[in-house]
Amino acid sequence: MSGILAQGALTAPHGFLSPTGVEIAFVLVGIATLAAAVMTVTTQQLVHAALWLVVALGGLAVEYLLLTAEFIAWVQVLIYVGSIVVLLLFGLMLTKAPIGRSPDADSGNRWAALTVAVAAAGTLVWVVVDAFRTSWIDLDGPAQGSTKVSGEILFRHWVLPFEALSVLLLAALVGAIVLSRKSAPDDAPADAAAPRETESR
Amino acid sequence: MHLAYPAVLAVLLFCTGLYGVLARRNAILVLMSVELMLNAVNLNLVAFDVWLRDTLHAGQALTLFTIAIAAAEIGIGLAIVLAVYRNRGTADIDKLRDTAEGTGPDPADPEDPAAPAQKAEAAA
Repeated sequence: MSGILAQGALTAPHGFLSPTGVEIAFVLVGIATLAAAVMTVTTQQLVHAALWLVVALGGLAVEYLLLTAEFIAWVQVLIYVGSIVVLLLFGLMLTKAPIGRSPDADSGNRWAALTVAVAAAGTLVWVVVDAFRTSWIDLDGPAQGSTKVSGEILFRHWVLPFEALSVLLLAALVGAIVLSRKSAPDDAPADAAAPRETESR
Repeated sequence: MHLAYPAVLAVLLFCTGLYGVLARRNAILVLMSVELMLNAVNLNLVAFDVWLRDTLHAGQALTLFTIAIAAAEIGIGLAIVLAVYRNRGTADIDKLRDTAEGTGPDPADPEDPAAPAQKAEAAA
């Protein structure tokens, strides 16, 4: 790894004051993403929080594209923006969230939360900047996250975790159905349903 | 690209999610903040995978697994929130204080703290 770093340092001089185009694009999209995330956690309208979350997740997909992780970017768009935000919106509607402004969206400990978050951000930014001050990502060469590369590594080296993950998704699906099934008002339908379940087994 | 850019962005997104988890009152908004924290971790994984040029691409594989686990988590979490809303009539996590220690506002029986929860479920 140090050889790669030394080689990168020899071939291309880097500097803070001469950002490349990719870096400028990354910073601009990052500012938009961060602003959308801050709006998500501070807005008083619950549905708007979900819509700002779409902007934040889409911005992160663009960041993945800029990091040449193309397949991750499209998976992010498909799963996060496509399904998770829709699930969250369904959850907001099913819990009868107020449409307009709801002044009690933030709890009473928001100043303590702000203190904790700012302290954590300051500490982590200091540590990260101090640690990776002289590290550069080499984005040249073939894309490291194209669909071909991702498929090859996923089905050559990561097959067993992939299959275990599918079992976990199945278990989560069954668990969600069991949790959201309405309990019987009295015992008669439960008794009627019990023999059928045993028969189907 | 300088490695500090994605790392700092991930840190700031994580702390935004941390603020949301601590400060929000609605359970679904807390779940949204958890999603922000998971995305910050994903950005770190992708950036370090591209930086290290891993031959196994462990970072990208773990990112895919994290996204799938986040989908499972949001499904289970929303099912739990909806079950709580159906039983209690609220998704406000400040009002769900059955298992809270100390001086709660509800006069719970000190010998059997599970009794009010069972009564609430039976009433619902």
